[in-house]
Parts: sequence; C-alpha cells; structure tokens
Amino acid sequence: MRRVAIVGAGLTKFYRNAQETPKELAYEAARMALDSCEMKLSDIDCVVMGTAPDAFDGVHMKGEYLADGAGAYRKPYMRHFVGGGTGVLSPIHGWFHVASGMFDTCLVVAEEKMSSAYPHPAGAFLTIFDHTTEQPLYPTLIWIFAIEMNRFMTTWGYKKEDIALVAVKNKRNALDHPSAQLGAEITVQDVLNSEIMAWPVNRLDISPTSDGAAAIVLAAEHVARRVTEKPIWIDGVGWCLDTAYWCTRDLYYPDYVEVAARMAYKMAGIKEPSKEIHVAEPYDPFTYKELHHIEGLLLAPRGKSVEMLKDGYFNRDGNLPTCPSGGALGVGNPISATGLMKIIEIFLQLRGEAGKRQVPGKPTCGLAQAWGDLMQVGTVVVMRS
Amino acid sequence: MEITDKMVAKTATKLSAEDIQKGKVLSVKWTPNLKYAWDNGPALGRYLAELKNGRIIAKKCNKCHRILIPPRMFCELCWVPTGEWVYVKDTGIVNTWVISYVDWKAGRLDIKGGVRPFTPAVIEIDGATKGMGILHLLNEVDPWKIYRGMRVKAVWKPPEERIGAITDIKYFKPVE
Repeated sequence: MRRVAIVGAGLTKFYRNAQETPKELAYEAARMALDSCEMKLSDIDCVVMGTAPDAFDGVHMKGEYLADGAGAYRKPYMRHFVGGGTGVLSPIHGWFHVASGMFDTCLVVAEEKMSSAYPHPAGAFLTIFDHTTEQPLYPTLIWIFAIEMNRFMTTWGYKKEDIALVAVKNKRNALDHPSAQLGAEITVQDVLNSEIMAWPVNRLDISPTSDGAAAIVLAAEHVARRVTEKPIWIDGVGWCLDTAYWCTRDLYYPDYVEVAARMAYKMAGIKEPSKEIHVAEPYDPFTYKELHHIEGLLLAPRGKSVEMLKDGYFNRDGNLPTCPSGGALGVGNPISATGLMKIIEIFLQLRGEAGKRQVPGKPTCGLAQAWGDLMQVGTVVVMRS
Repeated sequence: MEITDKMVAKTATKLSAEDIQKGKVLSVKWTPNLKYAWDNGPALGRYLAELKNGRIIAKKCNKCHRILIPPRMFCELCWVPTGEWVYVKDTGIVNTWVISYVDWKAGRLDIKGGVRPFTPAVIEIDGATKGMGILHLLNEVDPWKIYRGMRVKAVWKPPEERIGAITDIKYFKPVE
C-alpha cells in the first residue's frame, strides 16, 4: 500500500437553512479544497462523495445528483453512505483509491442539506427502524439516543449535570470556528434548563440540523511532497459495523467503535492511544456521545471519562483536547459534512494552522471518528504530520 | 501555502424561516405519498401470528445456544440457520428507558396540557437469553419512577382486536 496524505481542505459555513442547493454547497467546498492547495480539477484522478440518507434531499439518486458539484464530470466516481459515520468513511474511501496505486489523487467531498426535509428531518428517520417490530411503535431517533444515554448513565452512575459539560466545552470552542452555527458561551444550568426532548436528553444536549459541505484533497506521497511542505498523512484507518438488532446489545459501550479504533491503531503502529494521540475529534451529535466514544476509542478507561472531563482533561488546553473545533454540538451537524469537518480540524491542528483553535504543544498525531446507522457503525482515521 | 480559516468561503448563504414564509426566496414543495407493503418473512411472520394468539415466541441458535427475540431464521453472530421455536414469557425487566416529550416527527407533546410523555424502553424478555431485549412502550407507571431492572408485564389488546402486530401488546406495565 502507498502512503496517502491530505494536502488541501475546504469547508462551507454551516446553517440551519442555507440558500444554496446541495450541488452548489458541494461545489463551494470542493472548489475551496482545490484552491487551498493550488490544484486544478484536471489534477484530480477520481472523486468520492459522502452523503447521508436520500430522504433528507428527497432525491433518490443523490450521489449522481451531486456529482457535478463535486467536480466528478467524466471522472471515476463513487458515493458511500453509513449514516452518521459517513463523513469519516469518506477519507477512508478516498484512501483506498490512492493507497491501492490505482490513482495518484482523489477529491473527497461530503455534503448534507437537511433543511429540505420539511418541517423537520427527524420524520425522515422513521424508516431506518425495523418495519415489522419497531416502526409500528413510531420511534424517533432521539428515543434511541436517549435510551443509550440512559444505559450509559445507569451503568457508571454518570450524572446529567456532568455530561452537560460537553455542551459547555464544545459550544465555547465553536466560538472560534468561522463555520460555526451554534458557538455560544453557556452554562451547565442552561443545558439542564433547556427544553426536555426525551429525558435524559435536553435540547442543548443535541447537535442542530444543518446544511453544509466539506472537501479534502488526497494525494500519493510523490504528488503530496510536490504540492505542499506540510502533508498530513493518513496513517491508520478502521471501520466496523455491529448488528442492527440494537436491542440485543448492551448499549453502555460501543464495541464496534473499539473494533474500528483497534484496526486503525494497529495500522498506525499505535500501542498506547491515550498517550500517543495528541488531539481528537470524536463524534458528538449528543453530549454523552463524545464521552461514550472517548471510552470506545480507548482514550479514557471505561467509566472514567466524566471524571476526566470535569478535571479539564479534554479542554483545548487539557492533556487530550477533544473536539477543539466545537464539534457537531457547536459547529453544527450536516451529517456527512460533520465527519469531514472533523478530519479537516485535525488536518489544521497538525499543520499548526488552526488559528485561535490551535491546541498547544505542537501536536503530531490526531484522530477523527464518526458513528451512525442504528447505533452500530464506527469509523476512525488516525493522522500524523 | 498556508491554509487557514480563510478557506471558509462567504457561502453558504443563511436563510431565516421568515425568508421562506414570506416568499423572499422561492422554494418548491412536495409532499410524497409513498406506500409500501413489507413482507415479514418466515421468522417475524410466526412471531406476529403468535402475538395474535397472545404469546411471544423466540427461536434458538443451536451453536451459541442463545434464545433469540425477535426470532430470526439465521443467527447473525454464528451465521448458521437457527433451530427450534421456543415460547418465552410476556414478562421481563427494563434494561433502559426514555421519557419522551416529542413524537416521531420531533413534534412537541402537550405535556403542560396533561399529555403523558411517551416512555419507550428496551425490555429484556424472561425466557430469552439475558440481555436480549425488544423495543416497546411502558405505561400505567409514573414516568419519573421507572428504574433499571424494574419488572414489567405485557398488557395485551383483547383477542378480537389483535391483528398480528407488535402493537397487539398495548404496552408493558410494572408488576410486583
């Protein structure tokens, strides 16, 4: 396998409702990614596209619809989709294309426009549940997250007011992110006093619905060294899918995230992730998810993440900064674009170009992770400068 | 070249709800009316038929010896065909639960107006392998008094109202 680097990146602003069409959003992000590394579309050998359920856009050939915006005209093109895990599968999918030796460059684009599903995209999720055993009970996505959060809390004795610190941290971090939809200075009390959606999940425990797009440029080593002085290497990739019988798994721990992480760590030669990873972007569509994933990624011992959070361990200036971007809770959550936004954050952090968000200590190894489907997919990428 | 936050373009363009409601920007609306009839397959078909009879049935994997509910024709862990059908009980314990103030479309329930929140739960069914649960609703209980490990029992619709659906069980309620 060949070494593959990220050499360029682009990101649109995230909004609850953007005027641009999905195609236009994809175009803007892809354009910026090429401009950032002074490459032209003719330098690109192939294109991959990450985008989540077709039901958001109501377009049942969304990959094809988006292709023009992603710069895929008459190029080898593939679309992938694993729910919320999509955005971190995107660079993995692109990595295959280049690591295999098939292509020297790949443009990776992730786009989501959730505002088209009207009045709220939550309704579009009903059909992810089993049509015979679950759908007749009219479940919502928030239920299953609340169900998982509660199991996580009752297993370890975690308190809502402690988990709320994730929202405080991430929304504060997002104040420094130019794409952010929901950067804010809030308190634990604000989270606890916000509207109850599905206890134990309050309004401020949830990331928003968003429109937005992100893109990166991947290159094989010989091209990457020509394009930039600061290539960021994809040194480990891992992904894994658990059973869709989610009621038969113990939801307190995401085994599939651990399996994906171990795969990526092994490939990157990482033996002690909590020491060797300097900065991480675990997926945080809900407050508890960041902690759940930190434990699954072996970045904290099981049952200890809340204690570490309270000690400031995961703050931007802590021992292991997590979601320095502001995460899905702060920057916003246009599903697939969120995962790629996280990849871009690690890219900038490792290049020392994250501006006000830069974590101290010149990090050289970082990780991004996403998660989705019926609480069953883990996608992990380890990157080094 | 230095890559910084400058790479974030002025796009996208932010719209407010008012922009759309007042027609400042135009949009096209479509309400789909898609209809499906999903086949249940042999495993869930029998499961539903037994629900109509007021019973819960599971299926056993003869390799890992798990008693699987809902029943399935193959074991997803061992990846072999499952073996015999096994009746399980209509009682169980609450594995985890939710007190939901929203419906499936994220529409708000009128809690202040006295509407009871939904209380969906994962219920581990007695007789199935430990940890095997199903999604269902809890009722006849104060939502704020539900706890992990609470013992519950199915409340069935009367036989003449059952149609062979998961909703033939109205909900689960606490038992002593």
